[in-house]
Amino acid sequence: MPIPPSVIGTSGPPVTMTVERGRLRLFAKATGQTDPVYVDLDAARAGGHPDLPVPPTFLYGIDLEVPDPFEWITSLGVDLNTVLHATQTFTYHRQAYAGDELTAHSTIADVYTKKGGALEFVERRTRITRGETPIADLAQTVVIRVTGGEERGGEA
Amino acid sequence: MTVTWEARGARVGDKLPPLALGPITRTTLALFAGGSGDHNPIHLDLDVARRAGLDDVFAHGMLSMAYLGRLLTDHAPQAALREFGTRFVAITPVNAEPTCHGEVTRVEDGLVTVDLRVELADGTVTLTGQAVFSMEGAKS
Repeated sequence: MPIPPSVIGTSGPPVTMTVERGRLRLFAKATGQTDPVYVDLDAARAGGHPDLPVPPTFLYGIDLEVPDPFEWITSLGVDLNTVLHATQTFTYHRQAYAGDELTAHSTIADVYTKKGGALEFVERRTRITRGETPIADLAQTVVIRVTGGEERGGEA
Repeated sequence: MTVTWEARGARVGDKLPPLALGPITRTTLALFAGGSGDHNPIHLDLDVARRAGLDDVFAHGMLSMAYLGRLLTDHAPQAALREFGTRFVAITPVNAEPTCHGEVTRVEDGLVTVDLRVELADGTVTLTGQAVFSMEGAKS
């Protein structure tokens, strides 16, 4: 069943996360980061930063700090296993640092189909703020492979 | 220390030194799930992947985008980064060895544009994208 265009413009509740140094260090470890500015407070301060900088793509995760982070897409009747990330953009306004309390405000910006309805796309925009200060604007597109009502085989 | 990229000296055609990553192991995916907050089991749980009709789990697209972020911040101050966007054009299988590439494609109006690409060892391009830096540098 196609996603109704009426969802365009709908917003989820804002999500707030205090960025912890330990979490940034885990992100650095996972991404093989070798620049000490991102893990070592002394190196960060020597580089002119007040604390560990939040790396460019970490902001994608602010929105995920809720018990059911994919509810925005599954609540549209979509099976998460059919969803792929298609595009992601970040527009940066201010650098964020460990200790910042960041809030994500997300809205569904568009819904459309391609290939005669075989692929559905959902665009979602997320504004990240620190208090009233804009930090970044994110836009993501996900693509959903529509199975055409075919029963999914398997062992489930 | 972050290497300071002298954006004022950037020229169209300049290439960033490629960033080659080791194999993306299942451990990498588990750590990235925890670090990034993306716990989607399709990247972690073989049973879930198989039920979805896949042979195996695959890497988060955002892991490769984070690698591109490393490529960028290795060569320019992050505070000068204004825009960063990618298109995820192919899935990254577990144990793939991606390499990140960047090339300056425009220097105009105080902005430096870098075209980006992630390529696997077999030549598959997994991500394409673009970053824009301000030549003025950091915004406080």
